[in-house]
Amino acid sequence: MTSLLRRIPRLLTLVATLGAGTALAVNDLPGGPAVRQLNLHPPVTVIAEQQAWLHWFMLIVCVVIFVGVFGVMFYSILKHRKSLGHKAANFHESVGVEIAWTVVPLLIVIAMGAMATRTVVAMKDTSNADLTIKATGYQWKWGYDYLKGEGEGIAFLSTLDYAHREMSNAGQPAGDNYLLKVDNPLVVPVDKKIRIVTTANDVIHAWMVPSLGVKQDAIPGFVRDTWFRAQKTGDYYGQCAELCGKEHAYMPIHVKVVSHADYTAWVDGKKKEMAALADDPTKTWQLAELVARGEKVYNANCAACHRPDGKGAGPIKPLEGSAIVLNDPAAQLQILLNGAANGAMPAWKQLSDTELAAVITYTKNSWSNRTGKLVQPAEVVAARK
Amino acid sequence: MSAVLDHPAHHADDHAHGHPHGWRRWLFATNHKDIGTMYLLFSFTMLMIGGVLALGIRAELFQPGLQFVNPELFNQLTTMHGLIMVFGAIMPAFVGFANWMIPLQIGAADMAFARMNNLSFWLLIPAALMLAGSFFMPGGAPAAGWTLYAPLTLQMGPSMDAGIFAMHIMGASSIMGSINIIVTILNMRAPGMTLMKMPLFCWTWLITAYLLIAVMPVLAGAITMTLTDRHFGTSFFNPAGGGDPIMYQHIFWFFGHPEVYIMILPAFGIVSAIIPTFARKRLFGYTSMVYATASIAILSFIVWAHHMYTTGMPVTGQLFFMYATMLIAVPTGVKIFNWLATMWRGSMTFETPMLWSVGFLFVFTMGGFTGLILAMAPIDIQLQDTYYVVAHFHYVLVAGSLFALFAGVYFWGPKWTGVMYSETRGKIHFWGSLVFFNITFFPMHFLGLAGMPRRYADYPMQFADFNMVASIGAFGFGLMQVYFFVFVVLPMMRGQGQKAPQKPWEAAEGLEWEVPSPAPWHTFETPPKLDATATRVVG
Repeated sequence: MTSLLRRIPRLLTLVATLGAGTALAVNDLPGGPAVRQLNLHPPVTVIAEQQAWLHWFMLIVCVVIFVGVFGVMFYSILKHRKSLGHKAANFHESVGVEIAWTVVPLLIVIAMGAMATRTVVAMKDTSNADLTIKATGYQWKWGYDYLKGEGEGIAFLSTLDYAHREMSNAGQPAGDNYLLKVDNPLVVPVDKKIRIVTTANDVIHAWMVPSLGVKQDAIPGFVRDTWFRAQKTGDYYGQCAELCGKEHAYMPIHVKVVSHADYTAWVDGKKKEMAALADDPTKTWQLAELVARGEKVYNANCAACHRPDGKGAGPIKPLEGSAIVLNDPAAQLQILLNGAANGAMPAWKQLSDTELAAVITYTKNSWSNRTGKLVQPAEVVAARK
Repeated sequence: MSAVLDHPAHHADDHAHGHPHGWRRWLFATNHKDIGTMYLLFSFTMLMIGGVLALGIRAELFQPGLQFVNPELFNQLTTMHGLIMVFGAIMPAFVGFANWMIPLQIGAADMAFARMNNLSFWLLIPAALMLAGSFFMPGGAPAAGWTLYAPLTLQMGPSMDAGIFAMHIMGASSIMGSINIIVTILNMRAPGMTLMKMPLFCWTWLITAYLLIAVMPVLAGAITMTLTDRHFGTSFFNPAGGGDPIMYQHIFWFFGHPEVYIMILPAFGIVSAIIPTFARKRLFGYTSMVYATASIAILSFIVWAHHMYTTGMPVTGQLFFMYATMLIAVPTGVKIFNWLATMWRGSMTFETPMLWSVGFLFVFTMGGFTGLILAMAPIDIQLQDTYYVVAHFHYVLVAGSLFALFAGVYFWGPKWTGVMYSETRGKIHFWGSLVFFNITFFPMHFLGLAGMPRRYADYPMQFADFNMVASIGAFGFGLMQVYFFVFVVLPMMRGQGQKAPQKPWEAAEGLEWEVPSPAPWHTFETPPKLDATATRVVG
């Protein structure tokens, strides 16, 4: 027995080395999860600080009660055994004791609730925001619209880096920000009250950033809101927290908190970029350039389900060789705009006319699909009406 | 062949009428003991199926990256694991205990409605086949989580309809079972068995049965609305037609929260029978135990929205549900204290049923405390939908309900089969399960605190180590249950082992110990005369 006990630390080291060996090299991600993290994220907002404090408070109170109650129980287990010749006592009720152990816990839980009440009220106070941003959940990405405040009018989608999705499929994860890297992070200024309005396009998602102490469901057909005021610049990461279908694990959130000057610079740059990128839907495109544009759209939005080779998988329909893709541009356009199969194929009307035209053209001229046909943005404009 | 299966042969000449034999005995069963046995075997089968699904989940999560299943199948595994364990394993197991023990404990000849009892069991079979068979339908099994939140359910394939139909049938079965239990307890007690002398297991089941009748129709309503949204053009929950997805959650959790007490109250009853037996001392505070059980049941109807803090409730809503939820800790605490006072200055021995009961107390209380932590709205904002929640409800459902069920099997198994289990094997099963259970679920607290969301097929690499530990634990826990079946249950059913005396436990009290082991096919055909405590048959 004792030799077995002496071996336990060695066994543990062995397991740990095995674990470390197979789990590859990974470091803490500042603003995201740490390796073998044991507690909540280091807080960056007042709310997150209070949450962390409340958690410590509850944990300590609960552990103290637990140790107290089970200390008594294990004392009893050790001492009041038949094998030690202990004779059973005969008591089996006491109104006074029953009242005591009803009233004392009642007071304790009321005290616990009182500790939390201030934070609940503060969490729900979304008034007087400096900047209001709408976060829209899509299957499976986030859309951000800057509604009010500096940067008003900026809008973009934020999608998991496709390379990470491929690493996941291949079972070859790598990097400290694995599954947390997005193409366009949400950029906000430090020390400003940011109100996040959430909604969704298809099913319920949840917008969560642990360091900021925020988690709010994004519900289709409804708007809800939450807020944070980050006290430190930096990158903060979160993930979708409400089951939203097959790619639920692949729609991360990256919030970049920057200084006021950097924020103003970012807003200027973003506005210029948006103006430059705004496509003229009346432009007539050549086949090659439209296919090249479409490939980017396809990889960012479609490849997760329909696969990069267009062959689909399981219930996901193949695009390669599909009669609709090859011969029926009107039907394809309708599916893209409105979705199909009860939303299992989501609607993509949030993409621009040019992006939709490009991706349709791409599917008609890729893999073994060699139709030479193209769909112009003007046709998408017409179909939207 | 077996001690369970051959009662009719032994006792056939006791009775004027003939018994059905062979398969007819089971298909046309009206005997509460036969039906109880079938319930227990059914639920163990479902426990194994649900367990295999869980191991599929844990195998995938052993390392980051996708290795074994794709995300579609992963979501099907989590969904079906939940549905099968809740509706197929835990609930029917407690009904099996009710069937076996309630008539024996109150001195009744059988359940009140014997044929309805038959129907409520046999309805489970087509429901289970449909639920498990949904994996083979086009598009695979339902993948919207066991909570079946709309509007994700509206995107599911045809298996969703099969799942909804299966749950309707299981709901009907539960309601019939509950009516049977209520009528049996209220009308068929032996003279002298007043309500306040009844064993606590009967009390907890009486209250549970009322809960079931109150909330199973609510679940039926919610999933029927989902069904009509899917096929008949209604928009109860479909936002595209003006429906409200949050209404689904309110209706679901109005069922769902009492449901979690449905799965734990009978466990309290089992533990309340075992602890006094092995402490050789009467249960402390019987009356307050009954009141505490009733209080938990009543409070369970006003706390449902603590599952929904992150949906964006108004501040008053969050405060109400936070305080109401924390109140449940009070009657639950009373029960723990009463069990502790029962053990205090007793004369304890630690046979396997007692080990499982003490294990239950220890680990269930940890789940209770994490429940208290989750009840706090500000902390829940961090922990909602993370692995912390997964850890919490497995501590109360596995270490709570399942441990109490095992305690009950070891405690009453000798009465059912007439054979004592092997104490060594029982202890191996207990210690193995307790250790592997904690290896599996304790690290999940850390994962949840660090923000790993639940129902994720793949995860950032920082979460890798704890996931690996949890997966190793899960396989160990699964193996222990196979061990239990092969080395404890099978030998008992085959009659291998020491013959059990009528009362194998020195200090056991109650009418079930007044009949021989194994309990004859018919017991208490004429109402027994009871002594003043209603625990012994006199004359």
